[in-house]
Amino acid sequence: MMRRLLSWYGASPVHLAALVAGGAVSAYAVSRVPSLEVLLQIALWFVGTLLVHDLVLFPVYAAADNVGAWVHRRRSGPGPRVPWVNHVRVPAVLSGLLLLAWFPLILRLSSGFERASGRANDVYLGRWLLVTGVLCAISAALYLARVLLPPRRPARS
Amino acid sequence: MLGCGLLVGIPILFVTGLLSYAAYDPGLGGGNDRTPGKGLLGFYLFSWPTDPVWLYRAVIGTHLLLGLALLPVLLAKLWSVIPRLFAWPPVTSPAQALERLSLVLLVGGAVFEFVTGLLNVQLFYPWSFSFYTAHLYGAWVFMGAFATHVVIKLPVMVRALRGRSMRAELRTGLADTRPEEPDGSGLVAAAPAEPTISRRGVLGLVGSGSLLLVGLAAGQTLGDGVRGTALLAPRGGSYPNDFPVNKTAAGRGIKVRDTGAAWRLVVAGAGAEVSLSRADLLALPQRTERLPISCVEGWSTTQTWTGVALADLLALVDEPVDDVMVSSLQEGGAFAVVRLAGNQVTDRRSLLALRVNGADLSLDHGFPARVIVPAAPGVHCTKWVREVRLLAGSA
Repeated sequence: MMRRLLSWYGASPVHLAALVAGGAVSAYAVSRVPSLEVLLQIALWFVGTLLVHDLVLFPVYAAADNVGAWVHRRRSGPGPRVPWVNHVRVPAVLSGLLLLAWFPLILRLSSGFERASGRANDVYLGRWLLVTGVLCAISAALYLARVLLPPRRPARS
Repeated sequence: MLGCGLLVGIPILFVTGLLSYAAYDPGLGGGNDRTPGKGLLGFYLFSWPTDPVWLYRAVIGTHLLLGLALLPVLLAKLWSVIPRLFAWPPVTSPAQALERLSLVLLVGGAVFEFVTGLLNVQLFYPWSFSFYTAHLYGAWVFMGAFATHVVIKLPVMVRALRGRSMRAELRTGLADTRPEEPDGSGLVAAAPAEPTISRRGVLGLVGSGSLLLVGLAAGQTLGDGVRGTALLAPRGGSYPNDFPVNKTAAGRGIKVRDTGAAWRLVVAGAGAEVSLSRADLLALPQRTERLPISCVEGWSTTQTWTGVALADLLALVDEPVDDVMVSSLQEGGAFAVVRLAGNQVTDRRSLLALRVNGADLSLDHGFPARVIVPAAPGVHCTKWVREVRLLAGSA
């Protein structure tokens, strides 16, 4: 009987117990939210941010990466060339991360920020561009070094 | 490997978040408790100590900087598992259906907590719910799903970590990087493209992202000497002859005339009440303490404050043994009135500060008088104080 139930369920009893216990904690937290209106708003943001990540952000950065890799493949002929794709990818990812974390400051979206802090927030765009420029310069310098200096071992054929 | 980083980091984020909630002393009621409906979720609360003075700074600094460090790890983890989102058929058994439901709470919760936390420190609120409500209950919803996920997936992670030698992987360059063997998880590409980055390269990229985010923000937490290095953080940069202000007087609607010669501080006890001018306060015994202010938004600053010990002030009207209510001139705002616990009031280092670093307080820093309490969150260090009242029940 037990075995048939478990084979219908599709996983071990530990799996079920973990889901029930964790689900109970989540459900209790949901039940403490002060009002249905607030709960719906929070739920909207819960699911909304998830959808924005999975269906907007992820496809955008995956597509950008695929285009980069495709261009890289097409333009890399045979011969011991130094691959450049990561010299574009790394500064782009790092700069994108900074933008993702601080876009309200960089794009001056927070109108309350200047009033609260008493400081102009027009400095962040410049700083972000500066950091991005430095990252690109370092990456380019490393690339040049790899091209000009003899490799330590033969490049992949 | 990414999962392992999150397995260690997320519980630390959770605990520092819960400690920060405890630091507000929500048990005192009133405005201290931003989430009065918490029920059992407040089971662990305790009276927040005043020692060590850097306690809140360490708690909230860890919370924010670790959150920044984990952002790239979380994104990389989501990147690595996203093929599962589009698995077909979406449901093969009741077990899997339940697990997918739990994953919505897991991934949605993780993204929600990072988004609300990051936007809150930038004072960007594209929603109308309270940050405290959303971030606290969201964290518990997320942690329920997180615990489930850890129990279910721990064996998978251990197998994956055992399957590869970390040392060998760190020695493997792009030229020797081979695709993952199919393992039945559905996460291994069936027809992988030629690798363009090694496994150590991916780890290096994620680690660089963490270092960069933390490196450009840590200065706002670590100290005033290195604040200038925090180029991308809300309270970084340089503050010549000054330190950051959380809320300006203008932003809080403080009128200069209310803080001038006519200003009086009311100190009230069970049976007595006195009204003191700033000159009266300056005539009382003064104490000087070097104490940090640390904001829930993650930044902090240590300054030298001079003023009257709260205990001395309250001794004018009563025995200061119990909770105290401090009211500000500011109209509205979540923390215009806050409560301090008996242990905070009787600590001789808790001051009603009149001066900072040898100069009178500026209006933005709370002139004519502000509270400073060791180890308390910045919002409990009330500025523009107009009344200090011992709550009923004191001796």
